[in-house]
Amino acid sequence: MSEQKKSAAHESLFHLTKRTEVNPASAMLIRVIAIVLGMVVCGLTAFLLIEKLHGDPSKIKDFYACFIKGSFASERKLWKFLKNMAILQCISLAVTPAFRMRFWNIGAEGQTLMGVLGCITVAFYFGGRLPEWQLLILMLIAALLYGAVWAVIPALFKAKWNTNETLFTLMMNYVATYVVSYFLVIWVPSGSSTLGKLKYGKLPVLPFGNQYLLIILIVLALTIGLYIYLKYSKQGYEISVVGESMRTAQYSGINVRRVIIRTMVVSGLLCGLTGFLIGSGLDQSVTTESVGGQGFTAIIVSWLANFNPLVMIVTSGLISFLNSGAAQISQDFNVSGALPDVIVGIILFFIIGCEFFIHYKVVFRHASSEKEAVK
Amino acid sequence: MKKFVALMLVLILSLSVCVFTASAEAADVKLGIILLHDENSTYDLNFINGVNDAVKALGLSEDQVIIKRNIPESQECTDAALDLVDEGCNIIFADSFGHETYLLEAARQYPDVQFCHATGTMAHTENLANFHNAFAAIYEGRYLAGVAAGMKLNELKANGQLKGEKPLMGYVGAFTYAEVISGYTSFYLGAKSVCPDVEMKVQFTGSWYDYNEEKNAATALIAANCDLISQHADSMGAPSACEDANIPNVSYNGSTVASCPNTFIVASRIDWAPYFQYIVNQVAAGEAIATDWVGTIETGSVVLTDINEQAAAEGTAAKLEEVKAELTAGTLKVFDTATEGFITVEGAKLDSYLADVDTDEAFTPDTEVVSDGYFHESEFRSAPYFNVQIDGIELLNMMF
Repeated sequence: MSEQKKSAAHESLFHLTKRTEVNPASAMLIRVIAIVLGMVVCGLTAFLLIEKLHGDPSKIKDFYACFIKGSFASERKLWKFLKNMAILQCISLAVTPAFRMRFWNIGAEGQTLMGVLGCITVAFYFGGRLPEWQLLILMLIAALLYGAVWAVIPALFKAKWNTNETLFTLMMNYVATYVVSYFLVIWVPSGSSTLGKLKYGKLPVLPFGNQYLLIILIVLALTIGLYIYLKYSKQGYEISVVGESMRTAQYSGINVRRVIIRTMVVSGLLCGLTGFLIGSGLDQSVTTESVGGQGFTAIIVSWLANFNPLVMIVTSGLISFLNSGAAQISQDFNVSGALPDVIVGIILFFIIGCEFFIHYKVVFRHASSEKEAVK
Repeated sequence: MKKFVALMLVLILSLSVCVFTASAEAADVKLGIILLHDENSTYDLNFINGVNDAVKALGLSEDQVIIKRNIPESQECTDAALDLVDEGCNIIFADSFGHETYLLEAARQYPDVQFCHATGTMAHTENLANFHNAFAAIYEGRYLAGVAAGMKLNELKANGQLKGEKPLMGYVGAFTYAEVISGYTSFYLGAKSVCPDVEMKVQFTGSWYDYNEEKNAATALIAANCDLISQHADSMGAPSACEDANIPNVSYNGSTVASCPNTFIVASRIDWAPYFQYIVNQVAAGEAIATDWVGTIETGSVVLTDINEQAAAEGTAAKLEEVKAELTAGTLKVFDTATEGFITVEGAKLDSYLADVDTDEAFTPDTEVVSDGYFHESEFRSAPYFNVQIDGIELLNMMF
């Protein structure tokens, strides 16, 4: 055995070992280093791609300043940043219960879009015919219902016939997009497929603070609520057990099918609620782009936070911060809209990549043979 | 001496103040542009080029223009517009139809800032002094392009190269929507004005930009014996299908001669630079911007690309100049309902038509637009509202 080890060590320059315990301080250090490295690589990439930087390397500091400017330059930008973060956080909360169960629900995009559609359907048909508060309650119910139905369909198939939930939820996203297109065709007979902002069904604005404050507070309350649900409730515990091992769950008398379906309903309800916030609190309309890919970004947000709702405040904040910074770069340097995607992509690559180094240790031949000698 | 120096100083100072105030007006203008997509879409690229040309022509500095790309048709548009207000813009322009209701929201909050919107329909009914719509009489450009097409068909007919007995054109459209209907009808009428027995088939794709769908539609039309193809969709799909099959093509948005040297005849497009110059000049001078602005051939907004002599019929350039002069002079109307047999609907003359000019939720027709022997397109508002299905044009499908 030890001979084998020795020969392996002689053959390769380094090998990987799984860290038995992860020191939170060093994990955080690795993450910070990754973000800094990602930023440096972004700067280099921008230097190559942005013509305005070619003649004047001193402008590179403007490039980095854009990240701060994008989210914090004005009060309005700050509120917009918080609003974007809240919506992303809300969808991330929605995917989390299923992820903790290792049920890979990547259908949050479609579930949220259906939530928007449900809420706008009510506003379209009943707007102006009911008092606003009744309308808003109906819109909320419809949004929750649409989101939950869209989530529970793949869960039922999984529980009954063990279908692959990843593919199923992914496909449901496309179906949702076409359902929205279908209704837009019916609702807009002129042929433009553009519904525009509806007059009724606007989420009230708090008498104090910014117009987005209510949305932000709702999401904050949900974050705390979900944290408590997952950590301290019996149902939250069942989710964790099913996630650890389905067999263990079965032996301990947990009805796994029921837990899967129930958890997906929770996910769907949260997606529907996000749809309601978008539909009544922001757009007051629906398009196929109403969710704009945030249902997929939420997966990264949730995963980076290790499925912890409180940590997600940091990760959703980070992603929103990067997005608004990158958009600011496109604006200030007058470059193509593809550059922000490249920049965010590079940084995410580093952030996700560094998780590998948190969980694995690179042991070089020299160092490892020294260790052997010590042993 | 001291007095002289003081006097000189005062003179220099006051002179420089004069010079400063003279140039201060144009320098006071800051333009904010909101785009649905970016350079990768031919539609948005056309606006970016328009802005750049206008900036050059007016001698504006770089920091007098801010462009926000990839702004969806949602609350994001209101946010983007308000952010531009914060950054000191006093004219804010949005380029996509669906931006309109969200831009209006920002316009209500900032009455001192001018908001301009391309392709929109609501400025004339909203009664906001600082909200304006703009479009171009592109139907005149389409008509001219149609004349070039008709001449090509006449040439094919004279050479005995028609596929069927009658000359037949194919048209690839995006949606069955007024802007598209107005476009293909004016194109057809241009062709008919020189080639009276022409007929046309229209195939819709249901998307503004879909290379494969557009190419398939064009290929299907060619297989259905069309002698010439044109399109209202933003990709290279239809032009490249034509080049592959060696079928003449009349294009839109820009010249495709580089990739289609044997089949490209001419293209019509909207040049937005004149509008950008207009709004900057109006604001600089403290004058109001028109509620509905319609760019024409005269303003330089409706333009044709260079004609590809290799594919076009002989004498096309001269004929187009002649027709253009008539359109500019107003002696020729594109939607001419007076001339016998030119525009008919199920065999009958088009004497009267109620169009949906004032947008309402039920899309009810509200305005009589046929009078004085022609259909008054883009006169009651800038965005097109001609959506009549006339004889001679067969719709193979509908895409709303």
